[in-house]
Amino acid sequence: MTELARETRDMAPAQAAPVRPATLIPATIVPLQGLPIVAVVLVGLVVAIASNKLWALDFFHVVGGGLWTGIDLFVGFVVGPILGRLSIPARAEFSARFMPKMMLIMPTLVTVTLAAGWQLGLYEGFVNSGYHYHAWVVASYVVVAVMAIVALGVLEPANLAVLFELRKPEPNGERIAHLMSRFVWAAGVTGAMQVATLVIMTRLATA
Amino acid sequence: MTAAHDVERRLPPVMELGVASLVCTLTAGVIVAARGPKADLLWPAVVLLAVSAALLVAAGVLMARIRPFAWRQFFQVWKWATLAYVVIAGMLEYVFVKDETPGRILAMLTLLLVAFAVTVPSLLAFSVARFQER
Repeated sequence: MTELARETRDMAPAQAAPVRPATLIPATIVPLQGLPIVAVVLVGLVVAIASNKLWALDFFHVVGGGLWTGIDLFVGFVVGPILGRLSIPARAEFSARFMPKMMLIMPTLVTVTLAAGWQLGLYEGFVNSGYHYHAWVVASYVVVAVMAIVALGVLEPANLAVLFELRKPEPNGERIAHLMSRFVWAAGVTGAMQVATLVIMTRLATA
Repeated sequence: MTAAHDVERRLPPVMELGVASLVCTLTAGVIVAARGPKADLLWPAVVLLAVSAALLVAAGVLMARIRPFAWRQFFQVWKWATLAYVVIAGMLEYVFVKDETPGRILAMLTLLLVAFAVTVPSLLAFSVARFQER
């Protein structure tokens, strides 16, 4: 996506125009067929929290957090550079189909990870200020806050604006490139925070 | 119309104020969470929440003065995004209530979640509406 931004930005407006996906883009911004899956996951999360069972809480926190971290790093440092080497129509078509799914997957993973994580912290006593490694726990809060600011204040608004732009009869390639240009540093910040998350969580798990 | 105008209209700093409000909300959340669920009410967090609310109101006032503005698209995005973020905030609220978080701390966390559930959909809706025709 970074490369798409750079390449599209460098093109003349006449060349940058054909960014609309060649095939029909999905009818809805968010894939509606995914909503029942999200509902099932959230019901499972409520059951896990209500039952306050260690295994269930650990399952939701570890699976949710692992997928969150893995997807962030994979998309930022593997998918992104590959996308940069595709043709512009291919990249636009990929983005039009990929971003809606991410808009459903990522908030679900974040919600599951944070809700189960807080409850797990209460269960294990990590969230109490008297806990021996409490500074590491607070560091994890700061890391999550930084990622939330980047994701919710920068990336998600840009993603949504790009999706709406791609649905126009004549999408503005320059505008899309401008919006996507912020993905460069956002991927770097998010990647650094996710590595910090791995360090903190493995430290707490072995404390 | 210039190329720069095609990319982005010159608008008041609605997005910047909204992100600043989100930063204040999340910082207040970190302060409360860092002291643990049974801690006393923390005044720095209260001040940050007040600043966050003020910034959000200022962003709303500035946005209301933009002419022309794609209000139909704004509310189209806002209502669905609000639904999603109410569910997310509701899950976290459920955890706090279930754990019998003390009243004043619960009230603080609830207000922070409300601020979160209002700010993020507003940012998303504005980011779409700013590039739409009326």
